[in-house]
Amino acid sequence: MDNLLSIVTFLPALAALILGVFLKGGDAAADRNARWLALIATSATFLISLFILAQFDPANPGFQMVEEGEWLLGMTYKLGVDGISVLFVMLTTFIMPLVIAASWEVKDRVKEYMIAFLLLETLMLGVFMALDIVLFYLFFEGGLIPMFLIIGIWGGKNRIYAAFKFFLYTFLGSVLMLVALVAMYADAGTTDIPTLLNHEFAFESFSLLGIQVIGGFQTLLFLAFFASFAVKMPMWPVHTWLPDAHVQAPTAGSVVLASILLKLGGYGFLRFNLPMFPVGSEVVGPLVLWLSAIAIVYTSLVALVQEDMKKLIAYSSVAHMGYVTMGIFAANQQGVDGAIFQMLSHGFISGALFLCVGVIYDRMHTREIDAYGGLVNRMPAYALVFMLFTMANVGLPGTSGFIGEFLTLMGVFQVNTWIAVLATSGVILSAAYALWLYRRVVMGDLVKESLRTITDMSRRERAIFAPLAVMTIWLGIYPAPILDRIGPSVEALLETYDDRVAAADLAGPRVAEAPAAAADH
Amino acid sequence: MLSADLTLILPEILLSVYAMLALIGAVYTGKDQLARPLIWLTSALFVAFAVWIATSRGGTANAFGGMFVVDGFARFAKVTILVSAAAVLAMSEEYMARRGLLRFEYPILVALAAVGMMVMVSAGDLIALYMGLELQSLALYVVASLRRDSARSTEAGLKYFVLGALSSGLLLYGASLTYGYAGTTLFSGILAAAGEGTVSLGLLFGLVFLTSGIAFKVSAVPFHMWTPDVYEGAPTPITAFFATAPKVAAMGLFARLLHDAFGGVTGDWKQIVAFLSLLSMFLGSIAAIGQTNIKRLMAYSSIAHMGYALMGLAAGTALGVQALLIYMAIYVTMNVGTFAFILSMERDGQPVTDIASLNMYSRTEPGKALAMLVLLFSLAGVPPLVGFFGKLYVLRAAYDGGLAWLALAGVIASVIGAYYYLRIVFLMYFGSERDDRLDAGGSGVLWLFLAVPAIAMVAGVVNLFGIEGAAAAAAASLVN
Repeated sequence: MDNLLSIVTFLPALAALILGVFLKGGDAAADRNARWLALIATSATFLISLFILAQFDPANPGFQMVEEGEWLLGMTYKLGVDGISVLFVMLTTFIMPLVIAASWEVKDRVKEYMIAFLLLETLMLGVFMALDIVLFYLFFEGGLIPMFLIIGIWGGKNRIYAAFKFFLYTFLGSVLMLVALVAMYADAGTTDIPTLLNHEFAFESFSLLGIQVIGGFQTLLFLAFFASFAVKMPMWPVHTWLPDAHVQAPTAGSVVLASILLKLGGYGFLRFNLPMFPVGSEVVGPLVLWLSAIAIVYTSLVALVQEDMKKLIAYSSVAHMGYVTMGIFAANQQGVDGAIFQMLSHGFISGALFLCVGVIYDRMHTREIDAYGGLVNRMPAYALVFMLFTMANVGLPGTSGFIGEFLTLMGVFQVNTWIAVLATSGVILSAAYALWLYRRVVMGDLVKESLRTITDMSRRERAIFAPLAVMTIWLGIYPAPILDRIGPSVEALLETYDDRVAAADLAGPRVAEAPAAAADH
Repeated sequence: MLSADLTLILPEILLSVYAMLALIGAVYTGKDQLARPLIWLTSALFVAFAVWIATSRGGTANAFGGMFVVDGFARFAKVTILVSAAAVLAMSEEYMARRGLLRFEYPILVALAAVGMMVMVSAGDLIALYMGLELQSLALYVVASLRRDSARSTEAGLKYFVLGALSSGLLLYGASLTYGYAGTTLFSGILAAAGEGTVSLGLLFGLVFLTSGIAFKVSAVPFHMWTPDVYEGAPTPITAFFATAPKVAAMGLFARLLHDAFGGVTGDWKQIVAFLSLLSMFLGSIAAIGQTNIKRLMAYSSIAHMGYALMGLAAGTALGVQALLIYMAIYVTMNVGTFAFILSMERDGQPVTDIASLNMYSRTEPGKALAMLVLLFSLAGVPPLVGFFGKLYVLRAAYDGGLAWLALAGVIASVIGAYYYLRIVFLMYFGSERDDRLDAGGSGVLWLFLAVPAIAMVAGVVNLFGIEGAAAAAAASLVN
């Protein structure tokens, strides 16, 4: 199959088109058909995407299964995967059927709901596969439209505010990237990502509005991309859209947001910032490391005092993304491997945690932590599942959360001990808020009158959690299949990175230069 | 030679003759009863002329000693003008008929305006420029006040006329200065007189006044004040017309004048156009936020869009002109769709332009709401819709033309602008329930003109329907 990547990317969109054109919405039968069609389409996408994994050659660090076609303005329609992206593709196709299954109880405008999620899947897959910067931008930004509608139409009470905040925040971040894309096109004369990876952008320092820009053009490009990805990630202090969006989004929306959309930022850093602007990364990197460390500690503390379960998990997501940015900009093999691993593992764990909240929200229609307590008495299976993912979130050895956190901390330790120390305290804090949440919701006596009749998980719900639990434990015990696939591509990336940074020969220690770049930002 | 000249200007002549014959015929026979067939006939003629012009080959040719230029650029602009005018005419028939506005003068005036616009984009001389511009403007002043019994409509017409006359005055003054200092009204002569790189102070003044006059026509800030009032006051089909074809013509004229007559002194007008663009983008985006009337909102939206189109022009390169043409083609397509939607907004058979009336429209009319959603996101420039490509082209042109700051300002304005487009989406999809919903149903013609642009906004991602190459050829014929 020559067009394997295109098939996987556009299969969900095709299903959405079929839903939109041929299915008359409204009655219960139509809703049921919409659900089943969406589930079948996402499952089929997952099954076909397994061929990608099978065909993928882990030893080859370059782009594989490349498809190319003519497009506008000298741009190309070009798709391909390498060790960095292939697992994100798999993560997306893996999560989406679960998301659809978790939305089985949605009653309002089911057809539109399924269309929105199917389109979203196409756009997210496109982001990970695109090998042309404009094509990448197209998919990257396009995801805003379905997500805006998902939060706005099917969200909670304060959904309008959250939808607007989500859209405008991320839109502002990414239009700066658009200007940078145009600048790169003008400079390199191509929008082809593999070519751009080999193109060296100018890094001679110059003065802009009286400020000395160290790293020159590269630093500016870096900052433009950084603005976009940092918002998507989200990094402290531009993370404030995330808790709002998470709390107001429907359960499935939260899962997609946490499991996949948050990874777009990290993927962007790995695909653009680090390899294309190594000098810029070297200049701004120390600042990013500090921001990450602050994010880990600060958002963990904020998570401690939350009264809304979803908000707590949202803040914990921000903290975990802090490990990712820290690992990426540590710019060594452990750090970057760990960052990718952490993103994948977070995709399973936080998705599962949001589903856990969804399970009891569906029954009690509240996310207030105080409204629960002693659930273990009525819901033993739920208590077990919730405990597994809480532990994974804490980073208990034996779960996938541990590997990611450990590798990123090890990576950053080699760069800056203080940051590693600070970030490690975040591990303790995460144990505090996660276990405390668990204690308040699940343990103790069942005293609340409203909880007396609560029922344990249904078969459908168990079936959704099973694959996530398997992945979390399997990757925690035997991470080699993941690391083997990531390794060669990351190694190649870092080799070029180190060569270029060495060739650029930045005068002076890197930490000393960070404030100048920060002032410009 | 005369016959060769006449061959070149044949479409304009035929269209004028048609308009005059139709006028005489209608006056002496059925009068307003003929309005309906005349609208369809005019619309069909526009399409036929568009096809004729689009398929006619042959590079650049001058008629009447260079006063009238037919080149790729003119052809591209004329096709856009004619097609959009045809679409707006076809859309308006039913609306006008139900409001008792169906007068036979309407299609005839639109036909005359179209002739004026075609002359504008083909002008090779200041006199030809002025003739085309005035023919277009006079026809538009009249159609703006077509609803004679409405104070709003007549006010709009009068306002448009007074301010339009002022701008014509500015333009004429600039033309006279240019003539005085260049010694000729021919663009080619002005180009030679202006020289390369430097320009005399008198010519510079002429350039500034000419620019101001045309900036009024494209409603660029600070010459935009008439736009919201005229858009609101004029009957909606007329507003739709104002928002589409005349804008293309004025932009075409702008590009023609700046490149053909002042192409040697790019540096002198680049900054002016860049500032017009900057101000238009920001004012259009910010002022639209507070609007409650969708026609006023579209007025500010068009101001902002003109700002983006001017960004392409400000680049001062062939790439910039190409971007401008592509932007305008995309812009008129989106506006035709949006106005088809606005025309279909009715409650109990009465037209409604209040934005709040769109609350939960997606429940009443899911199909229309979806089409409008696509158009709005496209207007906001959100990928993967075609509106984004318009922005991408102008940004690229501006960056290549050394205007990185303008590109940066443009994207920031686009975020501000996204807010008010999103507000309409929000009302349609997750606003509050209301008792006084808009009517469902509506005419099939409006549906067609809403659905086709919406589908085009999605399907155009594949190759923009090939307008890239056409626009590139057109731009190459203008800038060399």
